[in-house]
Amino acid sequence: METYKLTVNGQPKEVTVNSGTPLLWVLREELKMTGTKYGCGIAACGACTVHLAGVATRSCVVPVSLIGDRPIVTIEGIGQDPVGRLVQDAWVSEDVVQCGYCQSGQIMGAVALLKSTPKPTDANIEESMGGNICRCGTYPRIRQAIKTASRQLK
Amino acid sequence: MVRSGRAMVRLFFFVLVGCAEWSATLAGAQGQGLSSKGTDNPTTRDAGLVAWQQVYSVLTHPRCINCHTATNYPQQGDDRHRHLVNVVRGTEDKGVPGLNCATCHQGANADSTGVPGAPNWHLAPLSMKWQDLNDKILSSAEVCRSITDRSKNHNLDGTGLLKHHAEEPLVRWAFQPGHSRDGTARALPPLTHDEFVAATRTWVEAGTPCPQKR
Repeated sequence: METYKLTVNGQPKEVTVNSGTPLLWVLREELKMTGTKYGCGIAACGACTVHLAGVATRSCVVPVSLIGDRPIVTIEGIGQDPVGRLVQDAWVSEDVVQCGYCQSGQIMGAVALLKSTPKPTDANIEESMGGNICRCGTYPRIRQAIKTASRQLK
Repeated sequence: MVRSGRAMVRLFFFVLVGCAEWSATLAGAQGQGLSSKGTDNPTTRDAGLVAWQQVYSVLTHPRCINCHTATNYPQQGDDRHRHLVNVVRGTEDKGVPGLNCATCHQGANADSTGVPGAPNWHLAPLSMKWQDLNDKILSSAEVCRSITDRSKNHNLDGTGLLKHHAEEPLVRWAFQPGHSRDGTARALPPLTHDEFVAATRTWVEAGTPCPQKR
């Protein structure tokens, strides 16, 4: 067991865990931040997506020992970001969510896309969000919400 | 059997390199020392070509060639299958926003989760593709011509190529590729890193000769 100092949503945190523990389980089990979801555990579904130094990252496959001093932003904190706020508002206005399980990962992916590509094409959306799986099939509404948020960006 | 086969490959390599070095020594003794245009010297050129084949055997190993594709996506595994979860190349060879290489690949191997990693994980540029669009590996001559074409290889001369093979973290990763998520060690290239660098040096000192065939 080792102790790691992390910055999560701007707040300093300290956890004592096995060095190989994935960030997802540090968030959910140690810090009790359960907004980030476990889906597949092999980076194949995107439900566990968080931002690591601004990069959309699959937290289920990143051991805590490899995080270093990079700041972590989760679904609990993304609303403090202007683009994150717009995306969350668009998610509500477009009524994207069905069961909702994958949606925290979808939103984190969408924010990463819009921060890099404020006016994404359909192809941009398909490529960037292609690794985020939704078993309810809300893809058309996800696409629409991304476009709605994009229009709101200055 | 695997260990035995690998030992045989190494023995073969050392014999070849030994012959090459003996030939080069002999050439030097005859007043035909190495130069940047060493391909004028048949003996040196032969030694260089032997060394090149060793270099080629590493470049076309899955640990290397999986990210030297001609397509819009990288490959994975020893069977070189298309990368899972719809990963695409992107304009900078690092994936796309929301699904970058760094979305999963960190600065070092994550053996607890089975994801390989090294600093600046990315695809080789399309100018450095060593496969065709059907994922067929290009011939030794084709790869050699490509890797020595300074309009395609970030303007690297022989010394630059040697430095790249010796020091580039992604190249070095191929020789310490970590474990898959089932705990199985990933297959290694047919040479050790030291052997790979030695073969590259021999090839570079021979003037980076390429096979004549297509």
